[in-house]
Amino acid sequence: MTTLAQQFWTMDVPAGLTAVFAALACGVLGSFLVLRKQALMGDAISHAVLPGIVIAFLLTGSRATLPVLVGAAVAGVLTVVLVEALCRLARVEAQASMGVVFSLLFALGVILVRRTADRVDLDPDCVLYGQLETIFWERLTGPVALLDPTVWADAPHQLASTGAIALLSVAAVTILFKELRIAAFDPGLATAQGFRAGVLHYVLMVLVACAVVASFEAVGSILVVAMLVCPAASARLLTDRLSSHVWLSALISAASAAAGYVIAGFGPAAVARLTGWDIAGEALSASGMIAATSGLVLAAAIFLAPSHGVVARAIRRRRLRARIDREDLLASLFRDEEQHRPSDAAVFRAATVRAARRLGQVDFEPGGTRIRLTESGRTEARRLIRAHRLWEGYLVDELGARPDQVHRTATELEHVTDAAMDRELAPPGAERRDQSGKPVPPRDS
Amino acid sequence: MSLTDTSISFPPWSQVFDVLAFRQGYNTSAVVLGTTLLGLAAGTVGVFTLLRRRALMGDVLAHATLPGIALAFLAATALGMEGRSLPVLLLGAAATAVLAAAAVQAVTRHTRLTEDTAMAAALSVFFGVGVVLLMVIARMPVGNQGGLKTFILGQTAAMTGRDTMLIGGLALAAFVVTGLVYKELRLVCFDAGYARARGWPVGALDLLMMALVVTITVVGLQAVGLVLVIALVIIPPTAARFWTSQLGVMLPVSAAIGAISGYLGAAVSALIPRLPTGAIIVLTAGAVFIVSMLAAPHRGLLATALRALALRRRTAEHHVLRALFESRETGAPPSLRELRGIGGAVARLDRRGLLTGRGASMALTARGLSQAAQITRNHRLWEQFLVDYAELAPSHVDFSADRVEHVLTPDLVAELEAAAAARGRLPTPAGAELIPSVHPLRSPDAGGGP
Repeated sequence: MTTLAQQFWTMDVPAGLTAVFAALACGVLGSFLVLRKQALMGDAISHAVLPGIVIAFLLTGSRATLPVLVGAAVAGVLTVVLVEALCRLARVEAQASMGVVFSLLFALGVILVRRTADRVDLDPDCVLYGQLETIFWERLTGPVALLDPTVWADAPHQLASTGAIALLSVAAVTILFKELRIAAFDPGLATAQGFRAGVLHYVLMVLVACAVVASFEAVGSILVVAMLVCPAASARLLTDRLSSHVWLSALISAASAAAGYVIAGFGPAAVARLTGWDIAGEALSASGMIAATSGLVLAAAIFLAPSHGVVARAIRRRRLRARIDREDLLASLFRDEEQHRPSDAAVFRAATVRAARRLGQVDFEPGGTRIRLTESGRTEARRLIRAHRLWEGYLVDELGARPDQVHRTATELEHVTDAAMDRELAPPGAERRDQSGKPVPPRDS
Repeated sequence: MSLTDTSISFPPWSQVFDVLAFRQGYNTSAVVLGTTLLGLAAGTVGVFTLLRRRALMGDVLAHATLPGIALAFLAATALGMEGRSLPVLLLGAAATAVLAAAAVQAVTRHTRLTEDTAMAAALSVFFGVGVVLLMVIARMPVGNQGGLKTFILGQTAAMTGRDTMLIGGLALAAFVVTGLVYKELRLVCFDAGYARARGWPVGALDLLMMALVVTITVVGLQAVGLVLVIALVIIPPTAARFWTSQLGVMLPVSAAIGAISGYLGAAVSALIPRLPTGAIIVLTAGAVFIVSMLAAPHRGLLATALRALALRRRTAEHHVLRALFESRETGAPPSLRELRGIGGAVARLDRRGLLTGRGASMALTARGLSQAAQITRNHRLWEQFLVDYAELAPSHVDFSADRVEHVLTPDLVAELEAAAAARGRLPTPAGAELIPSVHPLRSPDAGGGP
C-alpha cells in the first residue's frame, strides 16, 4: 500500500467525514434558523462559546473533549437565554441583543485566554478557524480496518462528536417535524394547539448550540455559521416545501463540505501539477474552503435557481414585457380596423412586430409598410379589446370611477384577464357597449 | 490550578493618573487618544444602525474586511511595496467590506432571502475566503507577514504614532460626517417609507450609513480587532437607549459612553500587563451597559420591576376593596379566601385607614367605602361596555374586566360613562351613582364566582 493511500485513509477520510457530519447537522438545523429569521443566532453562539471553553479548561486543567464540550454547550445555551432575556425583559432590539451578548462573552473569553496564556495552550485562532487538519485516525489503514472493533476504539473524538450531533439533529428534526413546521410559520397557532412554541424554540436553539459546539473544533466557529446559513439559504431559493427545504439544505451542506475539503486538500497540488507553477502544493485551510464553497453554491442558487433565481426572474419579466408589447400592438391594430384607419408599422418596435409576425398574428400588406391583422391575430385582439371594454364598464358601473379615467387601468388589466374573469365581468345575455358607445366584441366560443 | 491565581499587579496611583492625563509617554497617550476618538465615532454611528435595525451589520462588515486585508497585502507585495503598510491594508479592508454591504443589499432586494440570512451568509463566506487567503500568504516565501493576524483580535501594542494619527483622523471624519447628515439619517431610521415617498434617496443614505460603519470598523481593526469592533458600534447606543427615547439625547449619551469606554479601556490595558485592549474596551462598555440596563429611570429593569410590583399591589388592594363592597351589597360575608396573596394588601389598606378589623369582622371605613364604590363602579362600567359593545356574554366579562379596571384612567372612565349613558344604563345621565352588576354577585352558597 502506498503512503498516499495510507494518508488518505488515516487523515482525509476521518477529517472529511467530520466535516460532512458537522455540515449535515448544521444544514438540517440551519433551515429552521433561516425560516425563523434567526440566521444570525448561529453567529452569536459561535462567538460566545469561547469563555465556556476556557473556563472548562481552567477548571479541569485538561484538554479532554468532554469538559470542553460541556463548557461550550453551557456558554451556548447561556447565550440563547441571555439574548432572549434582553429581548423580552429589557426590550432591546433582536440584533442588538445578540451583538451585546456575544461580544461581551467573546471579550471575556479573550481576556481569560490572554491572562492564562502560560497555562492554557489554547489559541483563540483555532476556535475561529477550526483544526480539521489535525484530525488523525492512526489505525484506519483501509476500508477493511473498519471491520475490526479495536480500530473503532481509537476513532478521533471530533468524528465521534460531530457524528453524534448529526444523528441527534436528524432524529430531532424527524420526530419534531410537524411541531417545528407549525412553530416556524405560526407560533400563535402552535401555542393554541397545545404545545409551547417558546419551548420548541429553546429546543431548536439548544440543538444549534450543541451543533456549533460539536463543530467548532473541527471547522471553526465562523465557518459553522457558513454551514448553518448558506446551504439553508440556497435551499430556500430552490424549493417552496418545508420538508424538501430541510433535506435539500442538509444535502447541499454535506456536499459543500465534501467538495470544499477535496478542493482544499488536493487543489493546490493539482494546480501546481497542471500549470507547473512553483507554488507549495500543500493543503489550504479546509474549513475556509468549505465556507467559500458553500458561498459559491449560494451564489449559484441566487443566480440560477429555476423559479426564484435572479436570471429566471429577469427572463420572466422580459417575456411578460414582450407579451404586453405584442398585445398592445394587436389591440392598436384592431382599433385602427374599427376606425378604418391605415396602420403604420413604423410606430411600433421592430422586435414586437417581428414577434407578432412569427406567431402569424400580423402580416404586411403586399408591397407596403402597412401592417394588418391576420385572422388569428384578430381573434386574439378581439379578446383583448373585449377584456378592455368589459373592465371599463365594470370600473364605471360597479366601482363608480369616472368614465374618462378608466382607460389606463383597463389597459393594464386587459393583459391579465383570463376566461374565468371574462365570464364574471360580463353579465349574461346583455350586449354591452363601452363608455364611448363602441361595441364590446363578443366572446369567442 | 484555579481561576484566582492569575494575580494582577496593580500599578501605583501616580502612574494611573499619568496615563489618564495623557502624560505617560507619547505612544501610550496616542493610543488612549486614538481609542477615545474611535469610541466617540462608533457610539455616534451606532445609534443610526441600531435604530435602522441593522445592529449586526457592523459585525458582517468587520468580518468581511479579512479577505480585503489579505488581498491588499498580496497586491502590495506583488507591486514591490511594503505589504504591512497600514493605509494599504485599511484600503483593502474597506474595499471588501463595501463589497459585502453591497452584496447584502442586492441579495435582500432581488431575492426572497431575508436580510438576516443575507448578512449571516456574507459574514461567513467573506471570512472563510479571508482565512483561505491568509493561509496562502502564510505559505508564501515572502517574509514580514506575521502581523496580519493581529487584526483579528486587535493589538494596540502594534500601533505606531502615525497609525494612531490615521485612526484618530478617520474616526473624527466619520463623526463629523454623521453630524452633517444627521437630519437625513434620522428620517431614514424612523420612517424609511415616508422618506422614500418624499423623494429622499433612501438607498444612497443607507449606503452612506454603511460606509460610515465600514470606516469605524476599519479604524477599529487594529485597536480592538475585527471580532470585537462590532461591540463599540452596538453596546454604547443600546445602553444609551435605556436612558432616553429622544434621538437628540441618545446621540450624545451614546457618543459619551463610547468615548469613555475607549478611554478607560485603553488606559487600563496600558497600566496592567497582558490585558488585551480590545477586550477591556468592550468589557468597559459592557459594564456601562449593565448599569444602564438595571438603573435607567424609565426603561431600566429596576424601574420596570418596581412599576410591575406597584401595579400588582394596587390590583390586590382593589380586589379586597371590591370584595368588601360587594359583600355589603349582598349581605354575605366577603369571599376573600379566593383572592390569593392579599395579606399585604389588607395590612396596607388598614394602615391607610381604609378598613378596620380582620377576618369576619373586617369592614370598610367611610373613606374606604367611597374608594371601594368608585372601584366597583369602574369595574361594572367596563363590564357593561363589554356586554353592550363587544357583545360578550354577561357571565364571561368578569375576568376580562378584572384585568382592565386597574388601569382605567379618568378619561377612559368618562368615555365608558358616556357609552353606558348612550344605552340608558346609568340611573341618572350624569350621575356618579353605582350601576348594577351585569352578572349575579358571588354568594357564599354558590361557592365560587359566576
